[in-house]
Amino acid sequence: MTSRREILKKLFKVSAAAGSGGLLWGTVAEGTVAAPITLRPPGALENKSFIQACVKCGKCVEACPYDTLKLATPTENMGVGTPYYTPREVPCYLCTNYPCTEACPSGALHVDNLVSDDKPDINNAKMGLAVIHKETCIAYWGIQCDACYRACPLIDEAIVLKKEKNPVTGKHANLQPVINSDICTGCGLCEKVCVVEEPAVRVLPLDISTGKVGDHYIKSWEQEDEKRIEAIEKMPDSDKKDINSALDYLNDDESLFD
Amino acid sequence: MNRYLTDMAILKKYRYLISRRIVQLALLGLFVGANYFGWNILKGNYSSALLFETVPLGDPYAVIQILASGFISSSELILGATIILLVYGLLLGRMFCSWVCPVNIIEDAAIWLNNKLGLKYSLSLSRQIRYWALGLGIILSAILGYAAFEAVSPISMVHRGIIFGIGGGWAFILALFLFDFAITKFGWCGHLCPLGAFYSFISKYALIKVKYNNDKCTQCMKCFAVCPEEQVLSIVTHTSGIIKPAECTNCGRCIEVCDDDALNLSLRTINKK
Repeated sequence: MTSRREILKKLFKVSAAAGSGGLLWGTVAEGTVAAPITLRPPGALENKSFIQACVKCGKCVEACPYDTLKLATPTENMGVGTPYYTPREVPCYLCTNYPCTEACPSGALHVDNLVSDDKPDINNAKMGLAVIHKETCIAYWGIQCDACYRACPLIDEAIVLKKEKNPVTGKHANLQPVINSDICTGCGLCEKVCVVEEPAVRVLPLDISTGKVGDHYIKSWEQEDEKRIEAIEKMPDSDKKDINSALDYLNDDESLFD
Repeated sequence: MNRYLTDMAILKKYRYLISRRIVQLALLGLFVGANYFGWNILKGNYSSALLFETVPLGDPYAVIQILASGFISSSELILGATIILLVYGLLLGRMFCSWVCPVNIIEDAAIWLNNKLGLKYSLSLSRQIRYWALGLGIILSAILGYAAFEAVSPISMVHRGIIFGIGGGWAFILALFLFDFAITKFGWCGHLCPLGAFYSFISKYALIKVKYNNDKCTQCMKCFAVCPEEQVLSIVTHTSGIIKPAECTNCGRCIEVCDDDALNLSLRTINKK
């Protein structure tokens, strides 16, 4: 007959063992989740859900005819076992029949994510968004280069050339590539072909390359954006308090005259 | 000793071991072929596969973790996992561990080398740890919000490494090998692996079982020496019957080392006598 004391002791021991194992395991697992700058195949869920859904089978990698997709190994910090691509090495060539998306058994890649106007289209892919760095783009210097513009599968839509006066010569045009963020798929052909040593145009995951304004700034000159103020006014009083305290803080000048 | 046996006798002596290696390597070869040469027989890997372009297969433990993390998997994956669950649970028992899983080859190699060198193992662990790991994997998946064992599974590191490129995964393979070589005998597969625990858990009522005949047994104890889960042989030397515990992997090592024909693979009879 074991005493209550013995049972408690045992329970304590077991939970300590499970706790130590669980903490160790959890910490190691957290380290295997992808770095935020990881580009996913077309039709992928947003990164957090993607990591959750992906079963790491590699069928998208096998389906890719260009060997664009790789399965992350444990030391790559791309989310071990999940597919990713590196545009500077092999970009996504936007297969019109999206074999990788079709191959996915888990729902981490889904054709629904490529649908607009009731019809899936690879050009609706949002794998990332290209960002041009003006200081390293030689076209912005005034040197004639339109490599990214020519390579873009959505030429004149996702990348357009903006004509600016060349301030150096005063009589030539600078043809400056500009990304249209609504259209860019993130395929990375621009990054692949960029002629400078390290690409002046990089594809970054959407949320990272776009940034986020937050609720504090409103375009008062746009009716649509102004509606957001109404939304704040409709907020429950408990949330409004915070707004009042923020206003009080701005109007309160006591701390200036200490 | 082996050297006195004829070639045929050696084949017979190791018939299960040889068959298992053939099955293990053939499956691995089909997966590798699918990735590198576009074969359509068995695509994917041990987490989720597609057989003959039509039959989905899935790792049921992985799917349970994904569900626990709060994501409703696609019907294709759930169907695949159910097929695997039924095949092992009702028919094959824990044969995934000894006939399919590539880690088994690493573990057997480590133990073989340990035997050759005559090293003593230094750490004895409880075989119950794996069941705790099994549960912990599901709980952690719910806490972390993604499949927790799949994130760290050495099994996946091994098969993905072989099929899709190894990267830093070789460290996992070597660590597994060294652990089973010098620290704990059958350390990973027989003590820690939650996937092995999962297959033990589901295969209690599987059809294929090893059967023991006490009348023929001469109590040489060779079966105990080779069995990766020797606690399952509790009836040996006592009573005839099937080896009931689901931790038995049906690897067949006990059958081939038995010189008395006291052990055989058999089908569990539905009507118990």
